[in-house]
Amino acid sequence: MAGVLLSEAEKTFILHGVQSDLRNDGRSKQDYRPMELELDIVTHANGSARVRLANTDILVGVKTEIDVPKPEKPDEGKIEFFVDCSANATPEFEGKGGEDLATEISNFLSTSFNSGLSFDLKSLCILKEIQCWKLYVDILILECGGNLFDAVSLAVKAALHNTMVPRVETMAMDGGNVDLQLSGDPYDCWRLDIKNVPCLVTLTKIGEHLIVDPTAEEENCSMASLVLAVTEDGRINSLSKTSVGSFHPHTLTEGLKVGTEVGIRLNKALKEALEKEEKRLQADKPERSGFLK
Amino acid sequence: MDCHAAMRGRGGGFSYSHAAVIGSRCGQPVGCRRAAASTAMELLSDQGLRLDGRRPDELRNIRCKIGVFSQADGSAYIEQGNTKVLATVYGPHQPRGQAKNKFLFDEALVNCQYSMAVFSTGERKRRPRGDRKSQEMSIHLRQALEAAIRTELYPRSQIDIYVEVLQADGGNYCACVNAATLALVDAGVGLREYAVACSASLANGEIPLVDVSHLEESTGGPNLTVAALPISGQVALMEMSQRFHCDHLPKVLERALEGCKDIHRILDEAVRKHVEETGRASGWGQVDRAGIVL
Repeated sequence: MAGVLLSEAEKTFILHGVQSDLRNDGRSKQDYRPMELELDIVTHANGSARVRLANTDILVGVKTEIDVPKPEKPDEGKIEFFVDCSANATPEFEGKGGEDLATEISNFLSTSFNSGLSFDLKSLCILKEIQCWKLYVDILILECGGNLFDAVSLAVKAALHNTMVPRVETMAMDGGNVDLQLSGDPYDCWRLDIKNVPCLVTLTKIGEHLIVDPTAEEENCSMASLVLAVTEDGRINSLSKTSVGSFHPHTLTEGLKVGTEVGIRLNKALKEALEKEEKRLQADKPERSGFLK
Repeated sequence: MDCHAAMRGRGGGFSYSHAAVIGSRCGQPVGCRRAAASTAMELLSDQGLRLDGRRPDELRNIRCKIGVFSQADGSAYIEQGNTKVLATVYGPHQPRGQAKNKFLFDEALVNCQYSMAVFSTGERKRRPRGDRKSQEMSIHLRQALEAAIRTELYPRSQIDIYVEVLQADGGNYCACVNAATLALVDAGVGLREYAVACSASLANGEIPLVDVSHLEESTGGPNLTVAALPISGQVALMEMSQRFHCDHLPKVLERALEGCKDIHRILDEAVRKHVEETGRASGWGQVDRAGIVL
C-alpha cells in the first residue's frame, strides 16, 4: 500500500515464493499473520475494539443513538459505517486524502450488513414506525500494513460483540407522543447478536495463485483481489472484486471455495479470541493497556 | 481591572455530564444536560479537594509509550487521565503534497494536523477533522512545536506531525503537544528542548488549579492553556478563556508553568527509559568492566 516501492526483482522474488507456497515471511498461501485483539478500550463509546494484524492497526468505536426508522422499513433499526483514514497511517491520508479508500471500505461493509441475513436490524427497533436504535460504527485506521478489509471487519465484529445497548422502556402514548424511559442503572444493557455477522476475507491474486492476508509488499505485486463476506456457517453474503486486474472465471470459482474455508476458520478463531478477551475483562481488575502495550 | 483576554470558550464545546456517560444521552433534551453540568458544583471542596479528588497542584495520572507504530518515523501515545492521544511524525523529508512549492530555503516546514476520532467525545462528532476548532488546534500545535524544533537544521525539508485524539476528557491540546513532543523525540528530530503544555484554572476566585479536566472545564471556571519550553521557562503559546482578575494571572500562570515542569520530568523519564530499553542491545547505558558508561 502506501509508500511501498518494490523493484522488479523483489516482485519476482515474492511471486516465486507464492508459487512454491512459501511466502517471504514463512507463511503458506492460506495463513494469516498473528493478530492482537483488545475490547472495551474507548470508554466514551458503547462498544469498542482494537485489532492489530501485524502492522495494520484498527480501532473501532460503536455509539448508539435513538432515531426514527425509515418509512419503508418501519420495524428495523439503522446501522451506519464511517471509516476515517487517519493521517497517522500515512501522510497521503492528510486532509481529504484518505476519503476514497474510506468510502470503498464503508460501502462494502454496509452492503455486506444490509443483506438481512447477516445482522438482525429488527432487534434494534424500539417502537415500530416511531423509534429505533441507530448504531454508528466508526472505524479508525491508524496504520496500514496490508489487508485492511479483513482487519477492519474483524474489529467491527469484535466491537459489535462488545457493544452494550441501553435498555429502554416505552411508555403509553399520549396524543401520539412517546415517552421513552431509560433504566437508571447504566449497566442495564443488552448485547447484540453477532452470530451471523460476516468476516471479510481478501483473496489476492499473485501470478496465478490466490493468497490470503497479503502484506503491503504482496499487495504491491498483485493486480486484482477478491473480497468475500463470509459468515460463521460458511455463507457468502457479498462479494466484490477490487483493484484493476481481472480474474478468469475458473480462478473465481476456486477463489470462492478457498475463501469460504478460510472465512469459516477466521470466524472460529475470532470467536475464540472474543471469548478469551471477555473472560479477561470479567476478571477482578482487568488491565486496560490499549496502546501502552 | 479585568483581563479581557477571553477567547473562544474551550469548555463549552462538548456538553454532557459525567454522571450520564453510558447511553443516557438519548432522548433527553439538550437543555436538561446543560443544567446538570452547571448546577452549583464547587470546583474545590471544603477539604481542598477537586471534583475528581485531586489536590489543586496535582496532575492527572500520565502514562505514555514511545514508538507505537513501526511504519512512521516517530510515534507516541499518551494518556493524561482519561484523555488519550496518539501522535506520529513523518520526516524530515522532501516537501510533498500541498507544501511542495512552499518549502523554505533556510529551515524546515512544520506541518501539523489535529484530528479527533468521531467517538472520542461524549456526543458523537460528525467530522474527525477540517472543522474550525480542529484547524485552530492545528495552528496552535504548529506554533508550540515550531518553537521547540531546531528547524534551521533541516532546510528545504518538511516535518509532518499528526495527532489523533482517541478519547477527549479535557486538556486535549496539552496532551497533543506532549504526545507530539515524544513522537518528535522518537523520530530523532533535533529539538531545542521539549515543548510541554499544561492547563490551569482558578477555583473560588483565588486558588489556582493545574491540569483541568473536562468536568472542570464544563463547570465553567476560567481556563489558561500554556505551552512552554520548561527548562528555559519560556512560553511558546498561551491561550485563555473567560475572564478573571488581573491580579490572579501571575499565580495561575505560575501554576500552569509548574505543571509543565512536572510533566517535563515525567516525559523525560519516559524517554530515558525508552532509550535504555531500545538501546540495550547495542550496550547503551551499560557500564563496562572499567566502570565507564558506554
